[in-house]
Amino acid sequence: MSKETNRRDFIGYSFAAVAAVGGAASLVGMKQAWDPLPSVLAGGFTTIDLAPVKAGEPETFVWRGKPIFILKKTAEMESSSRDLVIGADRFTVAIGLCTHLGCIPAWKKDKWKCACHGGEFNPSAKQVFGPPPRPLDLPPFSLKGTVITLGEDGPEHQAIAAAMKA
Amino acid sequence: MAKFEKANSVGEWLDQRLNLTTFNKVMMTEYWIPKDINFLWAMGVLLATTFGILIISGIFLMMYYKPDINLAFDSVNYTIMQEVAFGWLFRHIHGVAASVIFLIIYIHMFTGIYYGSYKQGREMIWISGMLLFMTFSAAGFSGYMLPWGQMSYWAAMVITNLFGGVPVIGPELVVWIRGDFNVADATLTRFFMLHVFLLPITIMGIIGLHFYTLRIPHVNNQTSDEFDFDTEAEKYLAGNKKESKVIPFWPVFISKDLAVLGVFLIFYFYLVFFHYNFAMDPVNFDPANNMVTPAHIYPEWYFLWSYEVLRGFFFDIAGFKAFDIGLIAFAFANAIFLVLPWLDRDPKILPAHKRPMFFVWFWILMVDLIVLTVYGKLPPTGTNAWVGFFAAVAFILLFLILPIVTKIDAKKRGSL
Repeated sequence: MSKETNRRDFIGYSFAAVAAVGGAASLVGMKQAWDPLPSVLAGGFTTIDLAPVKAGEPETFVWRGKPIFILKKTAEMESSSRDLVIGADRFTVAIGLCTHLGCIPAWKKDKWKCACHGGEFNPSAKQVFGPPPRPLDLPPFSLKGTVITLGEDGPEHQAIAAAMKA
Repeated sequence: MAKFEKANSVGEWLDQRLNLTTFNKVMMTEYWIPKDINFLWAMGVLLATTFGILIISGIFLMMYYKPDINLAFDSVNYTIMQEVAFGWLFRHIHGVAASVIFLIIYIHMFTGIYYGSYKQGREMIWISGMLLFMTFSAAGFSGYMLPWGQMSYWAAMVITNLFGGVPVIGPELVVWIRGDFNVADATLTRFFMLHVFLLPITIMGIIGLHFYTLRIPHVNNQTSDEFDFDTEAEKYLAGNKKESKVIPFWPVFISKDLAVLGVFLIFYFYLVFFHYNFAMDPVNFDPANNMVTPAHIYPEWYFLWSYEVLRGFFFDIAGFKAFDIGLIAFAFANAIFLVLPWLDRDPKILPAHKRPMFFVWFWILMVDLIVLTVYGKLPPTGTNAWVGFFAAVAFILLFLILPIVTKIDAKKRGSL
């Protein structure tokens, strides 16, 4: 190999190194430009009083733009490890988006049914039919008396989340 | 510096600098097309024209459209539809063209499959064409989001959630694509950018590539006759037009194309003026609401077949989650056409009616796609769910047996 070729190779490799560093840095920047904005991340704690919720009639609340299902179980409804027990009452707290592809299932008599792809969830938010791969998700919350604050990670939430994993 | 003589006319002046005469020959008057073709070979020009219609109508819509979740719905349904002169017309032109272009894409694709125009040297034509199908699908989806109606919102919800199936990073990927925990303002503005800039410019680039891939293997013909284009071109240029198997793209081939285009445009504008409703879902005239899913959601007709493959698997099989099976089947359905040239093991290019087994395979595929499309729109309950399941399984099996089917044909003919 001649002297010139070695020099040209060196210039080529130098440029490749500069371009690689610049390219990688731009990719990081472009990736972060698509991340949720700080205002979005900071958005939203929702406080809900569970006392007025009627048994067997689930209510829907909003947290971070997502529907939250709160169901006070009737005596006939089976118990589950994800029940939030307050005194004698058992509650199901769940993010109301089908774990298949995110449609909002509707309460039909004794279960949530999703119109999009036919998924069904029982009163304990467990999937019982169709494509959903897992139960309705559990939002993080903390509990004070009968009031829950969505978005905070309290010991009750951690206990239920651990029970769901088991 | 090259030497330039004094030019005697504007044409000559341009020719000296740009060599337009040669360019015109290479691209138009001496670009050779086989004679033995039918109206199905006009679909390329129809597609290019429809894409042009989409660009022009899109430019007019963009001047009044506002990509903001509080303004988008009214900017479309009040400003454009009621205030802007002919705004309604531009919207209907754009919406109907977006729907009709998929009809022509499918005809174009299945013509290619029927006549075997995807193999033995034509693989790059097929692959660049499938890339166009994918980018057009992305453009159709991102455009559907812009009016910010209920269907826009929930289609965006379902499609972005598909990325949750990606192993390990799925949930984070969904949030990253949306720029929010939900489909929200950040989602709308970035999909607006994709729809009006990045995707159209990518499509234009791939269209250029698609035309270029035709240059060397040349256009196929009705009997898949193999001949030397240079010899045939010489015959034509020598005045032996009757005996030559080729014609120049311009002005001979294009004249027939333009006739077909005329018929197509009459059909297209008939839809625009009298039957635009099929491309304007009534549910999408309700503003987006993140607290209410419409009773029944479905994609536009051209996505129904792959949508039905996705949801056809509604129960767990052998420990695999229904969700994962559906997603894998969906990915399979969208990727399998790309490798079609290698699934076809027949070494000869022939039209389907000269390949007995492949002929049957082709029409079963057509019927299966129609069944998937019809059931993709019906609610996924009871018998419908089972029809969807079997049609989805049939779709996958068809592609798995294609190598065997094509080999049997080749053996019977004695080509293998």
